[in-house]
Parts: sequence; C-alpha cells; structure tokens
Amino acid sequence: MRHAARDVISRRGTGLASIWRYVLAGLGLAALLVGILAVVYLTAPHSASGPDTSRSKKTASGLFMASFEPERGVIRQGELQSWLLTLKTAAGAPVEGAAITVSGGMPQHNHGLPTSPQATDYLGGGRYRIDGVKFTMSGWWQLRFAISAAAGSDSVVFNIVL
Amino acid sequence: MRRLVSVASLLALAALALLGGCGRPQFSDAEKKTIASLALNTLPALKADTTNQYADVPAAAALGSTLFFDVGMSRDGTVSCSTCHKIDRQFQDDLPQAVGVGRTNRRTMPLAGVARDPWFFWDGRRDSLWAQALTPLENPLEQAGNRAAFAHYIKNRFGERYERIFGPLPDLSAVPANASPLGTDAEKAAWNAMPASQADAVNRVFANIGKAIAAFERSIEPPQTRFDRFAIDLATGTKPQGDAAFSPEEILGLKLFIGKANCVSCHNGPRFTDNSFHSTGVPPVKDLPPDRGRIDAVAQVQADPFNCFGKFRDGDASACRELRFMVKDGQDLVRAYKTPSLRGAASRPPYMHAGQFSSLDEVVAHYSKAPAAVEGVSEVHPLDLSDRERAALVAFLKTLSE
Ligand SMILES: [Cu+2]
Repeated sequence: MRHAARDVISRRGTGLASIWRYVLAGLGLAALLVGILAVVYLTAPHSASGPDTSRSKKTASGLFMASFEPERGVIRQGELQSWLLTLKTAAGAPVEGAAITVSGGMPQHNHGLPTSPQATDYLGGGRYRIDGVKFTMSGWWQLRFAISAAAGSDSVVFNIVL
Repeated sequence: MRRLVSVASLLALAALALLGGCGRPQFSDAEKKTIASLALNTLPALKADTTNQYADVPAAAALGSTLFFDVGMSRDGTVSCSTCHKIDRQFQDDLPQAVGVGRTNRRTMPLAGVARDPWFFWDGRRDSLWAQALTPLENPLEQAGNRAAFAHYIKNRFGERYERIFGPLPDLSAVPANASPLGTDAEKAAWNAMPASQADAVNRVFANIGKAIAAFERSIEPPQTRFDRFAIDLATGTKPQGDAAFSPEEILGLKLFIGKANCVSCHNGPRFTDNSFHSTGVPPVKDLPPDRGRIDAVAQVQADPFNCFGKFRDGDASACRELRFMVKDGQDLVRAYKTPSLRGAASRPPYMHAGQFSSLDEVVAHYSKAPAAVEGVSEVHPLDLSDRERAALVAFLKTLSE
C-alpha cells in the first residue's frame, strides 16, 4: 500500500495531464477505501450499544435500590436456576416482607419467559430468592419485578444478554 | 496512466482476495463458538432421574424393552409402543399422524435423547418419561388398554420378572378384568367401584410399567453425524477430511442456520432444541379435531396423578421444579408446540406436530414466509430467503442425518 502510494507520487508530471492523474488516482484509492470499509463494516459483529445490563439499579420511581444476581454466580443457558434479588431502601436499609411478582421475555422475539419464576424464600438482609429462572436461548432477555413493600410499590426491569 | 490503473486494480484485487477468499477464515469466532455448542460432544452425561428409582436398573430396562415391543400390551393384542416407535426408523413411523388401534391427531416423535426432555409429547402434557409411557397404553386411539387389565397381564405374563425388580405384586384376585378412570363407561364404573387401596395398588403396578419402559428408553441416544465430525475439526483447528468436509452449500446453510435465518434461537445446544414451546404459525390439518397445543396441555399435566407432584414419584419434590415453575397461561402457549430436535430429521419426513409438511423444503419455505398463526401469535418473522439460501439450509440439515 505505502509502496504503491510512493510509486504514484514518484511519477509526478507537469501540466493538466498530471492533475488528471492525481484526480484519478485519488478517486481509485478512495473507492478502494470505501470498499474495504464497507466489507469490514458488513462482516464485523454488530455490537450496537445494547440495553443497559447493569445488575444493580434504582427501581422505576426511585423507591428502592435493587440488585439481581444468579445465586451460583454463573448463568447456564437452558437450566432452571435460582437468582437473588436484593432490595434496599434509598437510605440503604434492607427491604423486608416485600411481595414480588416476576414477568418478562425477549423483546426482540415476540415471546415471554419459558418459565414462571417466583420469589420462593426470604434470606434476610433484603435478599429474596427468585427460583425457576430459565433462559432457553441466547439474545436479549428482560426480567421485570413488581415490588410491594411497606414503603410502597415500585418496579424494576433487568436486562440480561446471553 | 495505464500503470496507475493497473496498480489500483491490483490493489483492489489483493484487498478482495484478502477479505473475500483465501485469506479469510470461514467462520468468525462467534460463529465457531455457536457451532461448537451444537456438537454432540458437548452433550452432558445423562442425569439420574430421581423420580424413577428404577431408571438405571438394568433388569428394569430389560423388562421395559420387552414391554416396549410386546403387542400384548394393548386392547386387541396388535399394538405395542414399537408399532409407532419403530426401532429401525429412529423410533418413529414416517406417518403424518400416528396410527395405533385408531388414527391419532399427532405425529409420532422419535426417541433419540428423549430421556433428556423436561416435557413429553408435542404439547408437554406429561412431565416425566415414565408418566409419558403410561399415556398411550390407555389412549383409545393408541394401545387402548386399561390399567386393571395391564396389571393382570403383567402378573400372568411377567410376574416373576416384575417382582424381582419392584417387589411383591399386590393381590389382584378381586380386581376387575377391565377398569380405569379413563376407560369406557363400564371401565370407569368398575374403577369407581374399587376400594381406594385396590385402585392404589393397581396404579402402583401401572406406574412401575411406565418406569420400566422409561428405563429402557433412557438407552436411546442420538448418534454422531457428519456435522459433529465437522464441528469437532473446526473447534480443534483440524482440516476436516473425507465426509467431515462440508461443501460450500453446506457451509452457507450452516451460516444461515446460526445467523440470518435464526434457526439456532430455538434449535440450540447439542440436541438442537431449547426444550421449550413456541408458536411458529404451523397451519392446522383439515379434518383433525381442534388442536391448541401447549395451552390445553397445562391442565392435563396438572391433573395427571402420575405427575411429579403425585404419590407415585420416587425421591423428593426437588425434582419437580419444571412443573412447579411452568408457565400456566398466556397467549404464548396458544398453538405452541415443543421444539423438536433436528438430529436425524432429514431422513424422517413428514414434519411438524401433525405431519403438515412433507419435505424439509416445505419446512424451510414455511419459516421463510412466516405466515400468521390461525390462533395466537407466531413468534417467527419472514426471512425472505432466496432459492439458493433455502436449498443451502436443507443441505446443512442433511448433515445431521448422515
Ligand atoms: Cu427468544
């Protein structure tokens, strides 16, 4: 590439003809560059800025801080797993006695969750076991929690990308 | 000037060669990862079935195998499990709808890897392999028997073998020759007249028949295919040799399968199934009774006395999480059917839950067009595949049968 460019430059001429040469050479190289960029763009994996996948966030109306983690640390596609939903008040106190319902699905796939996860146990410290979570395919999943506690009702959506 | 043009075209050629042909790897790292996840060598060892304490008892599997092929296990002595699950045909029957004593409304499912399923039948109306095996025995269109008759038959014909596995048979002298809660009116009446302890004893023998058949069926596993040899070579960086080498058309088909055509969304993992239920807008068959798929199976599996919550389960209820956390309602379940494994599919037309499509070309054309469902909502979107792309997908699917 660099050699070719030097070659073009070294064949400097004079007058109108040489200007045409430069224009043509420029056009050729530009076309080549566009072509390469296009191929690179088309073949590169599209990691467009996906959904927010943070595992810890404020609930929709800011009533609670929620975090959501797989109980055993790893997500295994196709397996029923338990996760932990931890709820704290804005002041950082654990939220106890919350009623939690779970819904969700794959926003890009026209389907909901393959299982109906439930809050099965309260483990203390604002931690609730959400059992029966299963991700059957790769892609963008959403889990939505409706939370009702003494402080009020709020909801939160977690995005999980497999 | 001429030299300049030739330099530019040389450069262009070099760039094209680099990007398009010889230099470029056939698959991206992400594609390689997906392909490796489909290979049979990633299939984990079969897990124990704690709901069936006889699942891995060889004598139980042997008795189960006898029962599986025994036409005596039917009302008129002509139908066995193997009538539809034919051993030399991937344990299916090549028919659009299975024919036992009568014609059913569903396609016989093949059995390779069946013990790995969380749900059974196209609609998942049973939750264990042993509970599944009991259902055709009493279906009037399949084996058309009744559990009291089966208990008598086992005692007369296989009593010793049964007792060596399951312990003493109950006293059946007072049990009617024919009785079942699901049978004819006379059989139902006979069943309802039985004392609870007697019904319970018959149910236990019946459950054990299912557990023996399930123990046999656990041995039926999918064989290695050309695709698996190709995938292993790709994963290890070995150049595929002989029939492990894929043609350009098969490679295109594989790329479409895991890419643009989205097949791998549901047909994932080494069995090419997500073990879940989906509506893909497959049309109903004229002249068959209405079939709403998973949505109608929920109540059936909940009502089944042989389900995981029932008293015939061995082990504890921790094995029942699929049933406990199953989705019970919602539009997703309307005309939703289980994702079938694609291993061996190319050599067993027709396709879909009632044999709607007679060839893989028709299946691929259906997914390319993605018509709306007659009821509920189809999850698939039109793909508008070209003729060449559809043919490539079929060529790839054939590598799972060779
Ligand atoms: Cu999906």
